[in-house]
Amino acid sequence: MSILEESGRGLLLGNEAIVRGLIEAGVKFASTYPGTPSSEIGNILEEISEDAGIYFEFSSNEKVALEVSAAAASAGVRSFAFMKHVGLNVAADPLMTLAYSGIVGGMLVLSADDPSAHSSQNEQDNRYYSTLSLLPMMEPSTPAEAKEMIRYAYEISEALTLPVIYRTTTRVNHARSIVEYGPRTDTPAKGHFYKDDKRFVNIPAFARLNRVRLLELNKKAQELSEVSPLNRIEGSGDIGVITSGVSYTYVKEYTSGAAILKLGFTNPLPEKKIADFIKGKRYVVIVEELEPFLEDQVFRICAQNGLGVPIYGKRSGHLPREWEYSPDTMKRLKELIAVKDMSAPLPPADVKLPNRPATLCAGCPHRGMFAAGKRAVGKKEVVYCSDIGCYTLGLQPPFHAADFLICMGGGVGAAGGFDKSTDQKAIAYIGDSTFFHSGVGPLTSALFNDHKIVTVILDNRTTAMTGHQPNPGTGRGFGSINTEPIDVETMVKGLGVKFVKTINPYDVKEAEKVMKDALDFNGVAVVVSKCPCPLELKRNNKLRVRECHVNQDKCIHCHMCVKTIACPALVKKGDIVRTEPAQCIGCGMCANVCPKGAIEVKE
Amino acid sequence: MKYTVQIVGVGGQGVLMASMVLGTAAMRAGHQVSMSEVHGMAQRGGSVISTLRFGDDIISPLESAGGADLIMGFEPVETCRYLSLGNERTFILMNLDPVYPSAVAAGFEEYPDVQKLVDSVRSRTDNLKTLDATKVAVSLGKAVAANAVMVGAVAAVKGFPLDKDLLKEVLLEIVPERSKELNSKAFELGYDAMS
Repeated sequence: MSILEESGRGLLLGNEAIVRGLIEAGVKFASTYPGTPSSEIGNILEEISEDAGIYFEFSSNEKVALEVSAAAASAGVRSFAFMKHVGLNVAADPLMTLAYSGIVGGMLVLSADDPSAHSSQNEQDNRYYSTLSLLPMMEPSTPAEAKEMIRYAYEISEALTLPVIYRTTTRVNHARSIVEYGPRTDTPAKGHFYKDDKRFVNIPAFARLNRVRLLELNKKAQELSEVSPLNRIEGSGDIGVITSGVSYTYVKEYTSGAAILKLGFTNPLPEKKIADFIKGKRYVVIVEELEPFLEDQVFRICAQNGLGVPIYGKRSGHLPREWEYSPDTMKRLKELIAVKDMSAPLPPADVKLPNRPATLCAGCPHRGMFAAGKRAVGKKEVVYCSDIGCYTLGLQPPFHAADFLICMGGGVGAAGGFDKSTDQKAIAYIGDSTFFHSGVGPLTSALFNDHKIVTVILDNRTTAMTGHQPNPGTGRGFGSINTEPIDVETMVKGLGVKFVKTINPYDVKEAEKVMKDALDFNGVAVVVSKCPCPLELKRNNKLRVRECHVNQDKCIHCHMCVKTIACPALVKKGDIVRTEPAQCIGCGMCANVCPKGAIEVKE
Repeated sequence: MKYTVQIVGVGGQGVLMASMVLGTAAMRAGHQVSMSEVHGMAQRGGSVISTLRFGDDIISPLESAGGADLIMGFEPVETCRYLSLGNERTFILMNLDPVYPSAVAAGFEEYPDVQKLVDSVRSRTDNLKTLDATKVAVSLGKAVAANAVMVGAVAAVKGFPLDKDLLKEVLLEIVPERSKELNSKAFELGYDAMS
């Protein structure tokens, strides 16, 4: 069933439910930079936004995504900016001052947090952005609730003239539950920006006044939170549990007997409701993932209200701060509340199991580039500065092409730092989408400050890791908007980089030569490794069907192919290397490095 | 009634598709449904798990360790890796066709003997059924139909609360038009393999 139907129900992924929520709330403007666990929202909008009457864009980064949506909402159009948790760090600058100017049409800023860092570099708790920015925040617990809360969140946003932070976690975004489709409301697709310098131009004189305005609005938000149906009490008893987000589902299903205060409107907290809930309880347990965000505020609320009721949770050592919760986490609360009996797990198998880490795909062009880089470097000592994308997997053997990784676009900047502070040569590997996201700035700085670095732009013509979204390097071709791709080489030359060479990473030998020259270059060298992602080609039925085959008569069993490329389509058993037809895409990288020409590529 | 299926395998094997078939069938049968899926980085050839829970008063997307009623193992090593999701009463369905991790393919690590894996599981539970889902699918012409074989097998698991015809109906709605016949046959072969 289509997500655009008038009515019905579906077994929706949290991210699908969120899109349905946008449709029902009549949202007309959406923007993002893709990031797991929020990525599918963009993939769905790419497909349906035009039919749904929503303007949608993949912005070049989260900061831009927040800015375009902020402008739309300031002109009275309901807008939605969404990103993964670390993306909100990038967008934090506009967020903080947008809180001062506020908006006219409703605006949600979705932050998809990733406890346990399933596909992230950290597990930061973005709920603190709500207290930092003084913006209201809502936290759904299930996909069904994620849809329901959206319409309500827009009403709150418009009542307060403030954007609302909509905070989800992986187990909401990537959970599925039954979602009932509700009626769709309509809102204007075009707005008008009514100038108001005192609000929208935060020069110091106005910012000081807007700070006061924001604090006043915060009081109003507090009143709304007190009476919000999203903050509700379930059950009764002299033991209390306060919880929010997905943790609520574990408390609800795997414990019993306690009164539960389920919080959905979590900034500002309903302080009076919380104090009334705690009053008369023997003790209260706070169940929330990651930081003691609710817990510390509950301690403060107790202190202000003269309540001496014991509070248990993270500060008492009952619950962990690290990693996501699960039903098993509830076992830690056995001495405090009734926890459902759970069956004893089977003992683990007594066979040593091989690990199965995520790995670069068969025929992934990054393999060729990493192999070429490693050969060109030889015995020289270099620092590989990696970045956020599939190529982070270059960390694995045999490449070991990631020594330093902090954030999107961080590798190019770090390479300059290593160049100036050590005698080690620094190579930065960065993807095409990531380069447009935040690699251009540090490359400009490298030129300005004479960082002698090699920057390799792994241009696979898509944003692969998050599910193949378009980026400025591919041009846009959806929603009746067609734009030309921005050519990376021309752009880099335009900045003034003197050494710019584009190579085909499937030709490992040639790429190695170019990398040698780049390493010898006394300045900023840029190598563009240009080759489309085979997964993306497969998806679009554009992959040329070829196959590599090892001629066993010619093979001398040097295993150069396996040692250099380590493609999953190369299978080594004993001394014999074969190709696995189910996996091989016939890219010929292995043939390129074979010293005896024993690997043949056939159409 | 509450029923939990843990579906484990390797990215690209059709774990998500199988969980979608079972979940949709559970919804049609009038159950509450809650699921949790793995997306993103782990899908690049990594170990993948999907949790499906259905029945009454279901809200949590995750199950406790040992809480599975059924483990649907698409791959022998992955079935063993996630054994602790089940308890002694859990029914374990194990596809015997291995998918080699990249380190194994490159000859850096060994893939264990499949019979040893089976023996290890059998020494811990009597509720194990093995099948060659991939071989059955290949005999029909396409390895990708292995997940239809697995879904067919699930329909025959003793005590599985969803109806065979319903499962097949949903499966055939979800697969592409051109492979309906293939999937229909694969489903039946999976079902028969259990008797």
